Amino acid sequence: MLYAILCYNDEDVICGWSKEHEDGVMEKLGVVQERLAKEGRLGPVARLMPTTAATTLRKDREPPLVLDGPFAETKEQLLGFYVVDCESLDGALDIAKDLGKANPGGSYEIRPIALFMPGEPKEAVGA
Amino acid sequence: MTDLGWIEGAITAARPQAMAALLRYFRDMDAAEEAFQDACLRALKSWPKNGPPRDPTAWLIMVGRNAAIDAVRKTSRETVLPPEDLLSDLEDAEAEAAERLDGSHYRDDVLRLLFICCHPDLPATQQIALALRIVSGLSVKEIARAFVVGEAAMEQRITRAKARIGAGNAPFEAPGPIERAERFAAVAAMIYLVFNEGYSASGKALEAKGGLCDEAIRLARLLLRLFPAEPEMMGLTALLLLQHARSEARFAADGQAILLEDQDRSLWNRKMIGEGLALIDKALLKRAPGPYQVQSAIAAMHARAIRPEDTDWAGIDALYAALEIMQPSPVVTLNRAVATAKVRGPEAALAMIEPLGARLDGYFHFHGARGAFLLQAGHKDQARQAFDRAIALANTAAEAANIRQYLDRVTAEAEKAAS
Repeated sequence: MLYAILCYNDEDVICGWSKEHEDGVMEKLGVVQERLAKEGRLGPVARLMPTTAATTLRKDREPPLVLDGPFAETKEQLLGFYVVDCESLDGALDIAKDLGKANPGGSYEIRPIALFMPGEPKEAVGA
Repeated sequence: MTDLGWIEGAITAARPQAMAALLRYFRDMDAAEEAFQDACLRALKSWPKNGPPRDPTAWLIMVGRNAAIDAVRKTSRETVLPPEDLLSDLEDAEAEAAERLDGSHYRDDVLRLLFICCHPDLPATQQIALALRIVSGLSVKEIARAFVVGEAAMEQRITRAKARIGAGNAPFEAPGPIERAERFAAVAAMIYLVFNEGYSASGKALEAKGGLCDEAIRLARLLLRLFPAEPEMMGLTALLLLQHARSEARFAADGQAILLEDQDRSLWNRKMIGEGLALIDKALLKRAPGPYQVQSAIAAMHARAIRPEDTDWAGIDALYAALEIMQPSPVVTLNRAVATAKVRGPEAALAMIEPLGARLDGYFHFHGARGAFLLQAGHKDQARQAFDRAIALANTAAEAANIRQYLDRVTAEAEKAAS
């Protein structure tokens, strides 16, 4: 079974980290990631940019509504995600709109990725 | 056991919102500060024992408020409120406070707090000092160090600034759209001042002031989070990130400033550049250009160029032309001339800055740039005169040293030609 591990924390605090602290944390995480990668168990890893860089597409209406800022509702749950390669936010919004037409309802939050490692997990470990 | 480092980080992060809400509640800066201090002390006692609250900001506001009420009640010999270790277990009370925070009050609170600090009667340095003290929570000692003055002098300056703004006159009613836009512009300008105070530092002062750039970025992000649809706030945040991204490359080991074109671009912080570019991208979709957006777009042109020769100077020239219309100023024209020189040659740049001579005669950068254009155009003697004038006007040793490099080049070339 593949599992997604979603990271939550207070971005005010994280953004306030000194470079030394940040480098220290990334190094410690790197050790764990490297072990997982060697074992062929690490899939894609992404670090997202702060929520100030986020845009939200509400696809519960036609045409969908583009809002600045992150997805803030609490009555809906995170169900999945895509990673897409685009020239600009406009391009990413177009893709999100196409996806939204195929599956209306709910929202997509579009957030630029600060750091991306594609990863190569061996298929279905333990399946 | 809650890690003390985490507590410090959480308190620092919560400070602007908490102070802003307490100020609305007490309508008095000193009372708000005192209540916040009190809440922080209680947090240091309670959080390690009870674990961190779900919403530290809401906790600090509520405890700060209650502590102040508590103090009033104590003096009037009435019943005291329950101690805060019980309070942090009261999930409902916390949730209620958090809900109040999410209301529209909240963002206007923070805007108001920052706006009070940029009172037009206060000179720029006092605005910065006040914002750093009240909003960012830097100690007087830290601020004094950043401004290279004694602690007592800074304490006095801040006290005087506080008295002058007299929070009593502060605008506590909810602002209308026009008022909000005005406050917004004043606050954005003040944040840029904080940034520049750090960015323009060099040599020894750099160490003391470097943190101001980070602080300005933190404030810009905070405002952007509260006003996520403001394209100029996206532009300002992007501008600060893109400029700060170069900080590792801006100075040589001996403290000498390194010009943009000579910087080792591998030292530029790609993460900050990425975030800056993403914010500009987002701002562009709003189709409401403004000066911060244009300036950030200029910074982005530099950030995107892997090598100096890849720089899109024609694009930069066009952006400066747009900025000249939005924010006409001889300094903007002078900056544009640098791009014009790259695109249309030094003679065109000289013609462009010629009319600025009268207004910029006392400005170091004017003579420095003019000297460089004259040098490129082959007018060596005139270039030397301009450089001499620039050195005489240099504000820092680093600025003077920079011009001397040009002068040495002129002299060396003249000698080479003679031999």
